[in-house]
Amino acid sequence: MEGFDVQRNTNGGVSILCVKGYLDAHTAPELEQAFQKLIDNKEYKIVVNFENLSYISSAGLGVFMGFIEDIRKHGGDIKLTNMQPKIFRVFDLLGFPTLYDILDDENMAIEKFNAS
Amino acid sequence: MPNMQKKYQLKIPSQPENLAMIRDLVGKVATKVGFPDDEASKIELAVDEACTNVIKHAYGGNTDETIEVLIKIDKDKLVIMVSDKGKGFDPDKVKMPDLGESIKVGRKGGLGICLIKTLMDKVEFQIKPGSKNQVKMVKYLH
Repeated sequence: MEGFDVQRNTNGGVSILCVKGYLDAHTAPELEQAFQKLIDNKEYKIVVNFENLSYISSAGLGVFMGFIEDIRKHGGDIKLTNMQPKIFRVFDLLGFPTLYDILDDENMAIEKFNAS
Repeated sequence: MPNMQKKYQLKIPSQPENLAMIRDLVGKVATKVGFPDDEASKIELAVDEACTNVIKHAYGGNTDETIEVLIKIDKDKLVIMVSDKGKGFDPDKVKMPDLGESIKVGRKGGLGICLIKTLMDKVEFQIKPGSKNQVKMVKYLH
């Protein structure tokens, strides 16, 4: 089984987290740590690229719920990109598209940050 | 449906790292009995959510306990029962959370039961705390 990995890149003032594998109750703490590091560094403009994520459960979605308010209070956002349809479906089932910026492509998210 | 074993039973320690193994078995059985990939994915997710609830809430993170997963194949449906001997809960008190409100207060959970009900065709709970709590999930083939 493939496990989980999160890689961090930057593009200008935007931090990009590329998630890979499966995100469930076992692996969600790794993503939480990655978010916590960004917040500790006062990096509040965050893009999460889901291109290589093959599975997500509500424990994974919970990570995005836990940090978004704090990040927005600091003028930032978490923008979610490049989701496979089966990943988007889980976000959609729980109503995330009305509260989160979900975009087709990482570059679109970076451009939105740079334009704001 | 091909002639195949009618029951699969898994007794597994209540450790989060075992969720992938449980999903793998459930997904393979669902595909084998004829569910298309997207439906098999929904069943995998529902069972993951039920087992995650057992690990986090019924056993409160204690990894020395046991989760029991029973998969029964009927001619027109797949029935999956997830059982534990931990703390129970009142399923009638579980409401669809207000996502906007949860975000405001930084609440990370509370979505599992709602997801299970959305993903499966029929969901029943039998709660006997400390003795046997069970969530029974049904998905019809057609």
